[in-house]
Amino acid sequence: MKEIVVISGKGGTGKTSVAASFAASANDRAVMVDCDVDAADLHLILYPRILDTHPFHSGHKAVILQEKCIGCGNCLSFCRFDAVVKVALPNQNSLYQIDPVSCEGCGVCVRFCPVTAVDFPENQCGEWYESFTRFGPLVHARLGVAAENSGRLVTLLRQKAKEIAESAKADYVIIDGSPGIGCPVIASLTGADAALIVTEPTISGEHDFQRVMELTKKLGVPAMVCVNKWDINPAKTDEILQLAEANGLTCVGNIHYGNAVTEAQCAGQTVIEYGEPCMAGDFGNVWKNTIALLK
Amino acid sequence: MKIAIASGKGGTGKTTVAVNLAWVLSGHGKAVRYLDCDVEEPNGHLFLKSKFDKTETAFIPVPAIDESKCDACDECVRFCRYKALVQLGKIVMVFEELCHGCGGCLRVCPKQAITEKEKRIGTVDTGYAGKIAFVSGRLDVGQAMSPPLIRQVLTHTKEDRINIVDAPPGTSCPVIAAIRKVDFVLLVTEPTPFGLHDLGLTLDMIGELGLPYAVVVNRAVPTVLSAREFCSQNKVDILADIPDDRRIAEAYSTGEIFCRGLPAYQDYFNTIWFGIERRLNL
Repeated sequence: MKEIVVISGKGGTGKTSVAASFAASANDRAVMVDCDVDAADLHLILYPRILDTHPFHSGHKAVILQEKCIGCGNCLSFCRFDAVVKVALPNQNSLYQIDPVSCEGCGVCVRFCPVTAVDFPENQCGEWYESFTRFGPLVHARLGVAAENSGRLVTLLRQKAKEIAESAKADYVIIDGSPGIGCPVIASLTGADAALIVTEPTISGEHDFQRVMELTKKLGVPAMVCVNKWDINPAKTDEILQLAEANGLTCVGNIHYGNAVTEAQCAGQTVIEYGEPCMAGDFGNVWKNTIALLK
Repeated sequence: MKIAIASGKGGTGKTTVAVNLAWVLSGHGKAVRYLDCDVEEPNGHLFLKSKFDKTETAFIPVPAIDESKCDACDECVRFCRYKALVQLGKIVMVFEELCHGCGGCLRVCPKQAITEKEKRIGTVDTGYAGKIAFVSGRLDVGQAMSPPLIRQVLTHTKEDRINIVDAPPGTSCPVIAAIRKVDFVLLVTEPTPFGLHDLGLTLDMIGELGLPYAVVVNRAVPTVLSAREFCSQNKVDILADIPDDRRIAEAYSTGEIFCRGLPAYQDYFNTIWFGIERRLNL
């Protein structure tokens, strides 16, 4: 079983369209995972039937119990995350409150409150789902509003997907990653068999490609490249491919610019199903070359 | 004043809107500062062709353990919520990449065996792009935690200027670090199912933060009904529909400010600015 992560550095280059087309091409031989937990979109194409819903608990959040608080201000002076808010009251006293959005759940205020006035309940920051789609199983999630710890959620989703893939004897786990190079991306790449970097022939696409390529190197994950909308700027496409080659990355095929990608998305289909021959050919070709390299 | 340009989905045109707005406002003689808080993939400088003259390094504090004082009592290991401290036999090891820098381990250590050292996470470059003051955060490749670096970029805010904050994509900690103290959020979306779905997630997040906002629809096709319907259902104002014009895409691909080459589009940004001013009662 091979785990392939689709990433991009820059957002909006077509990661999810590629990942969805992989699901269609792999047809029943893969388990899909949507690791772009911040802005998950794969379900808009795969229409999952949710089989199981699980809460995602991650860490704790501090809450000041006003009836016990003596207003010493220890919590305010110890908090490194500006999460303690001092509210002046009309009677010259002050009230201390925790801003839940800023609280990182470190527990310093809980530990050093002299009168144990800080409660520390477990924090539910989302839900994750085991689902079934027309192309096989999908593991996905919905992160709560303004939640953190997306890296831990990504790690959890990958682990579940692997378990499902092993018991179903699937050949592939296909991961739709998130943009950027930070915590959720590192969590979706670490230990994967291969990364497919989907980029676009723009000055920012190239800049961001370079950074995410460096990240795959750092993490020791073999990477491949695909330039989406390559014909918008063929010269820039060439530059990107030369840069990729110089760094030992293989190009697994490029994708033309075409309305079929958005049209398929509006129709809730993968580009493979949508059936516009040129685009379906491009996406199918990327899959064929990707799995050939994995062998 | 601080205006953040944000979007849930990546690649909807945040940076395009931010650089063009900064350029148009600066052209009107306004004092503009551009704060690139998309520190994982900073791109604003590619378009505004900024010249940087200063680089500061950004650090976060991480624990350093003095083994001669540590008696492996494991108080710090039990305290750390991020599993950044692990005890192996008589030694406590620090996993710096997991540390949030809360300082709790220093405080709980009964032997005062823990001090803090600085760990580099990235850089903040400052300079100018024409008359626009430019600040750009850049996370080191391999570093996971961007919020502390974003907060450091934002220390370069100047209240008497127009501060344009180019926010990272998504809906979790990095974008919250970038936008939580701004005066107004301009959300950029595209009229596709992905774009509108992620706009919905972003609206939930902004609602939680209680910030004023409005939407710009990018790559609008003549039938932007879906975006218009979505926004009217959610009672969201649209300040402008920037058309799906191939010339804009081409200018973008080569790193041009499209309002420079296609001056007719400057009016879109005048309208956007007018809309923001009106909503902030300026």
